[in-house]
Amino acid sequence: MTTTSEQSTNFLAEIRNGLRDILPAAIAAIPIGLLFGALCVGKGLSPLEVALMSGLVCAGAAQFASIEIWGHPVPIAAVVFSTLLVNLRNLLMSASLVPKTGSFTVLQRMLGFYALSDENWALSERRAASRPLTPAYFLTMGGVLYTNWVFWTTLGAVAGAFLGDPRRIGADFAFTALFIGLIAGFWKGKSTAGAVVSSAVASALAFIVLGPPWHVLVGAAAGILTAYATSRADTA
Amino acid sequence: MTLDIPTLLAIAGMALVTYATRIGGLFFAEKLELSGRARAAFNEIPAAVLVAVIAPMALATGPAETVAALLTALVARKLPLIATIVIGVAAVVLLRGLLG
Repeated sequence: MTTTSEQSTNFLAEIRNGLRDILPAAIAAIPIGLLFGALCVGKGLSPLEVALMSGLVCAGAAQFASIEIWGHPVPIAAVVFSTLLVNLRNLLMSASLVPKTGSFTVLQRMLGFYALSDENWALSERRAASRPLTPAYFLTMGGVLYTNWVFWTTLGAVAGAFLGDPRRIGADFAFTALFIGLIAGFWKGKSTAGAVVSSAVASALAFIVLGPPWHVLVGAAAGILTAYATSRADTA
Repeated sequence: MTLDIPTLLAIAGMALVTYATRIGGLFFAEKLELSGRARAAFNEIPAAVLVAVIAPMALATGPAETVAALLTALVARKLPLIATIVIGVAAVVLLRGLLG
């Protein structure tokens, strides 16, 4: 029983909350986006191609994995398969959001899930734990991350030659620090600790033995299996 | 500004598989009935995946990166995200200077 003015107040508040919550992730993505664009130029992509890739794919980790194996001629099959592997987790993220987006229209879901990422998924889950997830909140976060990523990766490609070595300012570590911060937000105690440790060890080993992009799949599988196994011990 | 056909094909393929994974959950989630154990495992998916993505940088790059990652993890639970990133990046720059 809400009036129209209450609804529009709620709508604006949801947008404001979305902006507030996504801001740290958007700021963290700036050096990462610049770095990505600069790496692409080093691999022979034009700024227009970088803008197209970010606009159509918009998946940071998968784009980094792809550009790592990029070459001439472009290994199309390897690039697409690596992208699929790194993004397989999206299946589980979108599945977990289905019951929380039950009130969305089809278009809101199709658009919102187009910009689905680790960050806005994590924040949406956190939000949904305490109150209903609204289209305004979800689409604001997705829209900000999407625009932000396309803008800064393209700028990185344009400015690539002038940035110098990104390692000098530690920009290559921003992604790692961001993910550690996100993992801390997921912390649920012992079961998370088990998943994190086994995933880290398995991923590092797979990276050394098999190389990218297998470390993502192997590490994630090890972590999920550990959570499954330890939960069984707890409930038995 | 150039557009190369193989590059465009690769980008189109990347876009297609990525969007398929993003909306894929919509088609099987309703059939997904999770038991207690499976739900517990499902709940740990994000942490497991995020760790797997960064483990090579954190554990298989060098001592500076490993120590910086541990320091970042120590502050991550108490500080906002952006402060965590700033401390992590500052730590790696310092440690690379110290440890080479």
